[in-house]
Amino acid sequence: MITAERKPLDEIFEMLEPYQRIAVLGCGTCVTVCMAGGQKEAEELAVAISIHRKKEKKEVSVEAFTIERQCEFEMIDQVAERLKGFDVVLSLACGVGVQTLVEHMPELIVLPGLNTMSMGYPVEQGVWVERCLGCGDCVLHLTQGICPITRCAKSLLNGPCGGSADGKCEISKDVDCAWHLIHDRLQKLGKLNVLEEIQPPKDWSSSHHGGPRTLVREDVRLESGK
Amino acid sequence: MKAGSNLEKVISSGQFAVTGELGPPKSADVSMIKEHGETMRDYVDAFNITDNQTAIVRTSSIGVAGVLLQMGLEPVVQMTVRDRNRIALQGDLLGAVAMGVKNVLCLSGDHQMFGNEPASKGVYDIDSMQLLKAFKDIRDEGKFIGGDDVEAPLSVYLGAVANPFADPFEYRVDRLEKKIAAGASFIQTQCIFDLERFKRWMELVRERGLHKKVAILGGVTPIKSLGAARYMKNFVSGITIPDELIERMKGAEKKKEEGLKIAIETIKQLKEIEGVAGVHVMAIAWEEVVPEIVERAGLYPRPKLS
Ligand code: SF4
Ligand code: SF4
Repeated sequence: MITAERKPLDEIFEMLEPYQRIAVLGCGTCVTVCMAGGQKEAEELAVAISIHRKKEKKEVSVEAFTIERQCEFEMIDQVAERLKGFDVVLSLACGVGVQTLVEHMPELIVLPGLNTMSMGYPVEQGVWVERCLGCGDCVLHLTQGICPITRCAKSLLNGPCGGSADGKCEISKDVDCAWHLIHDRLQKLGKLNVLEEIQPPKDWSSSHHGGPRTLVREDVRLESGK
Repeated sequence: MKAGSNLEKVISSGQFAVTGELGPPKSADVSMIKEHGETMRDYVDAFNITDNQTAIVRTSSIGVAGVLLQMGLEPVVQMTVRDRNRIALQGDLLGAVAMGVKNVLCLSGDHQMFGNEPASKGVYDIDSMQLLKAFKDIRDEGKFIGGDDVEAPLSVYLGAVANPFADPFEYRVDRLEKKIAAGASFIQTQCIFDLERFKRWMELVRERGLHKKVAILGGVTPIKSLGAARYMKNFVSGITIPDELIERMKGAEKKKEEGLKIAIETIKQLKEIEGVAGVHVMAIAWEEVVPEIVERAGLYPRPKLS
């Protein structure tokens, strides 16, 4: 899932400052699960905005509602007419949702209510970890399911650096050394020989470094070669 | 001979090598570098120049190497993969060699969060292993990483670092072996304070005969004060300092002399370990004691090889 957290209230109040009719639009998928941008959070934020405006003695009308996913045109269409009645839409989706809205309804002013963090999962209630950077050329088969691109602070491909100590990364005693984990897992599986081979430099052109990526599947397109 | 540097010659002659280290300043005024270079001139075989050490912005290692070359001193240019991608790293190798640099040390580099630009983007396009291999391929195969031809041959003596004190311990010897395969001719280790652990590591190194394939220079850092020891123990990534050593410093009346003694004893012990080809003396911010250490450790005069 995509993890995100709400922007600081002051930042949100400041960006909403010029607008009077505000829609706080939640998203029903990832950010609902990570408790950052679902219907509940949208409603809470709407209340906070109203209270803030009252204190400032400025008028406002805020409504909070949610669609299943802001990253799909069809789902945006369900609320398209309603959205047109506002000066601004504060999107509580991830950065993808915000941009999908803008692309689909360019007439809207859409602002981000969240800081999008990463692709990861909750390891425990209230703690989400990052696990994939979407590098476009997965190496998890080599490292037996532990991503060195994401979890090693230097994205190393050839084993732990000299800063690895007691299983922790040099950047913090609270961060596991990904390569220590990989080493131990490979050892357990009898596959340590994977570490002997010199892994060649990664082809980052399949990642974001090749520019924004577009995934095209001709086999599932409706109009092929559009 | 890979490049015929003084360091390479000393090592190939089988004599115990001594390298020193110079940390570039946070300014373009390199007078201190020159001064320290002069102080150590006759006492070390080559000078490592750190590359924005601990991620702090400093005069570039290649720039300072140029200054040393003008003084007739031999640099070992350190290159980390933290701040440059493969285009810049390969280009800088060519530039360094064109300037007269013969020794290059490849390393990962401390994470950018440790330095004075913690908001910077870490590059890590390639890792230190891949950097070594790339430089070896440029030299031996005449090929850049991307497969393009290097238009004229070049020679360079390549080194890498090893940290016997990092974890997982057993893996550290595998990693050394991998670095040799990737192209390292010499190795400089992390500062050795825990000699017992270093000896255990060397045992594993000898078991695999790796000491015959690569010249291992043991890292030695004189401790200037109790505070310095504690700081290194707690805050410098990759360094371990045993409690006994801290206690010894604590109990000593003359801290500086004790620190020197420890360093000299360490060097003397390293000389006795089979497979140790030299020492790398890192006396950053205490450069002036290097001549005394080298002399008292019985490593002076340095060999003059042509
Ligand atoms: S290797 Fe790439 S695709 Fe695979 S988990 Fe890591 S970042 Fe994601
Ligand atoms: S300590 Fe481990 S996780 Fe951290 S940078 Fe080094 S190898 Fe990567």
